Amino acid sequence: MARATTTRRKIITTAAAWAIGFTIFFPILWTILTSFKTEAQAISDPPVFLFFDWTLENYAVVQERSNYMRFLWNSVIIAGGSTVLGVLIAVPAAWSMAFVPSRRTKDILLWMLSTKMLPAVGVLYPIYLICIELGLLDSRIALVVILMLINLPIIVWMLYTYFKEIPGEILEAARMDGASLKEEILYVLTPMAIPGIASTLLLNFILAWNEAFWTLNLTAAKAAPLTAFIASYSSPEGLFYAKLSAASTMAIAPILILGWFSQKQLVRGLTFGAVK
Amino acid sequence: MSLKSTLSAATALALVTAGGAYAEAHSPTITIATVNNGDMIRMQGYTDQFTEQTGINVEWVTLEENVLRQRVTTDITTNGGQFDIMTIGMYETPIWGSNGWLVPLDNLSDDYDADDILPAMAGGLSHDGTLYAAPFYGESSMIMYRTDLMEAAGLDMPEAPTWDFIRDAAAAMTDRDNDINGICLRGKAGWGEGGAFITAMSNSFGARWFDEEWNAQFDTEAWANTVNFFKDMMDASGPAGYATNGFNENLSLFQQGNCGMWIDATVAASFVTNPNDSTVADSVGFALAPDTGLGKRSNWLWAWALAIPAGTQQQAEALQFIEWATSKDYIELVAANEGWANVPPGARTSLYENPNYQDVPFAQMTLDSILSADPQNPTVDPVPYVGVQFAAIPEFAGIASEVSQEFSAAYAGQQTVEEALAKAQDITTEAMEAAGY
Repeated sequence: MARATTTRRKIITTAAAWAIGFTIFFPILWTILTSFKTEAQAISDPPVFLFFDWTLENYAVVQERSNYMRFLWNSVIIAGGSTVLGVLIAVPAAWSMAFVPSRRTKDILLWMLSTKMLPAVGVLYPIYLICIELGLLDSRIALVVILMLINLPIIVWMLYTYFKEIPGEILEAARMDGASLKEEILYVLTPMAIPGIASTLLLNFILAWNEAFWTLNLTAAKAAPLTAFIASYSSPEGLFYAKLSAASTMAIAPILILGWFSQKQLVRGLTFGAVK
Repeated sequence: MSLKSTLSAATALALVTAGGAYAEAHSPTITIATVNNGDMIRMQGYTDQFTEQTGINVEWVTLEENVLRQRVTTDITTNGGQFDIMTIGMYETPIWGSNGWLVPLDNLSDDYDADDILPAMAGGLSHDGTLYAAPFYGESSMIMYRTDLMEAAGLDMPEAPTWDFIRDAAAAMTDRDNDINGICLRGKAGWGEGGAFITAMSNSFGARWFDEEWNAQFDTEAWANTVNFFKDMMDASGPAGYATNGFNENLSLFQQGNCGMWIDATVAASFVTNPNDSTVADSVGFALAPDTGLGKRSNWLWAWALAIPAGTQQQAEALQFIEWATSKDYIELVAANEGWANVPPGARTSLYENPNYQDVPFAQMTLDSILSADPQNPTVDPVPYVGVQFAAIPEFAGIASEVSQEFSAAYAGQQTVEEALAKAQDITTEAMEAAGY
C-alpha cells in the first residue's frame, strides 16, 4: 500500500514537474516555431502549431540584413568580460565577509543589494555624460565595467552564501600549515567552492547576456550586442513577427546551448549548501 | 616565372590590397539611427549604391520606434555625437529645431529641388520657416474597407463619409458568428497609438487639447462626445479587447478578414493589398477619414524624416546622404527595382504627378488625405500649438501617454468615460502648470 502511494506520488510529481517545465519553455518553443513560418502563418488565427510549410526564409533575410557575428562577438566579450571581472573582485570581498566578518558585514551586504533597487533610468544621464567625457560611448569597455558593477552585488551575495558553508577550520588548518592569504584563497577555498563559483559565473553570464537597458542605450554601431540585434527587428508599424522570431532564436541559441551543457553544474551550484 | 618576378607580383598585390584596406579604413563613415519599417529597410539595401557614388561608408543603427526615440533623445540632449543622421518625426523636429539641436537644411543643392517637398510635410518639419529635417516618407490616415462586405450590407462608401455613416455601416457589417467586426480602431494606450487616433478623431468633433491660453479642454462637451462616440461604436461593432489593439493587432485582424473597416495609417494600404500577406487583398477600398460636418476631418499627418544633429563632425557627408535618400532619383531607383507601389510615399509633389504612380490604387487617396490635414490649423477652434494628432511641445508626449492610459481604461470598462475625462483634465492641468504654462 505504502509502495503504491509512493509510486502514485512519484508519477504525479513527475507529471507536474514536466507540466511546469513545458509551460516555462513554451514561449521559447513558440518563438523557435514561429521563426520557421511565413509572416502570414505567424499571425494566422487559429494559430498553426507544427503542420505548416517550414521555411528558412526568415533566417536568410536576417542573415542578409544584419552582421550577426559582430553582434554575437560583442555579446560574448561584454557578458564574458563583465562576469570574469566581477568574480575576480567578488571572491576576495566574499571571503572577507564570510571568514572575517565585522559588526557591519550584514549591513554592507544589504546595502549592496539595495543598489539593485534603483531604477536604471534614474542614472542614465549621469552615466551617459561620464561615458561622453571618457570617450567610452559605443565601446565594449564601458559596458563590461557597467554590467560588472550592476551584477556585483548578486555575485558577492552568491559567493558569500557558498563560502559560509565551508568550515572555517579547514582554512585555519591551511594557515597553520603556513599557507599565505593568496594561497589560502587560491588553493584551499576556491577548489572547495568550485560548484558555487561555476554557477555564479553561469548565472551572471546569462544576466549580462540578457541585459537590455544599458546595452541599448550606450551603444550605436560598434559595440551593440545581440539585444540591439533583436531590437532592430521589432516594429510597432508592420508585422515582422517571423523575422523577429528568427532574430530572437539566433540571439538565444548560444545561451541555450551553454545552459544545456552546463545544467549539471548550474543545478549543483544553485543547490550547494541547500541540504545540510 | 622567376623568383624576382614572383616577388614583384606579390609585392604589387600586397600594395594594392593594403591600399584598398587603407582607403576603406580612412574613407568617411556616417552613422544613421533609424526605425524598423519596410521603407527604411529597403533604403538600407540600396546604401551600397550611395557608397559607390560618394565613397562615404554608412553604418546603420536600426531600433524599434520607442527605443529609437529614447535613444536619440538621450544623445541629442547630451550632445553625445553618436549619430550623424537621426530618423525623427514631425513631433520632435520643430521642438529640437527651435532648441538649436538640429542643423538647418537651408543649403540644399538646386538639383535636390526642395520646393518639390509637399507643403504639408515641409511645414510640419520646419520651425520659423526653416526646414530642419527632410521627409523620407509621409503618411496620413484614411479608411480602408472591405468592398465585398460593404456591398453585402447594401451600402456604398462615400469618398468622404461622416462618423454617423461609419457607425451605421460598422453595425451593418458586424457578424459576430463569422468573426467579422464592423470596425477596427486603435484603443491601445500610448501617445503614438490610441492617443494619436483619439486626438485626430477629436479634431473632427470640434475638440482640442488646449485653448489659446494653454488651458486643458477635457471638461468640454466636444471631448465627451468624441470619447463616448468611440466607445459606443467599438463596444457595438469592434473586436473583443479593442482597448489593447494598436496598429499591428488591427493590421493582423484586417489581413485575416476579421474587420469590415479600419481607419489607420495610409502606409497600411500596401500591406492590406499585398496578396502574399493579406487574405482580402483583392477586395479593399479606400476613403477619406470621417468628419462630423464641422470642417475638420479625423485624419492625422506624420512623416519620418532625416535630420542632422548639431553635434555631428560629419555634417557635409550627412547632408550628402540626406540629399541622396530623399531625392527624386532615389524614388526612381526603387520604382525601377521594386515597382511604383513600393516607393516611399507622401514626401514629394512630383511623385503624385507621375502617371506611373497614379496607377497605384491607393495613391490618390493617400495624397488627398495628406492634403486635407493642416498641422498649422488642426482644430475647429483656434489653438496655440502646431500638430494634428499631437501638440508640438516637449511636455506633450508624457501627458498624452498618461491621458491615453485613462482612455484605454475606460474602453476596457475599468472606469466610465466621464471619470477618464476628469482624470485627463487633472493630469493635463497639473503637468502644464508645473511646466510653467
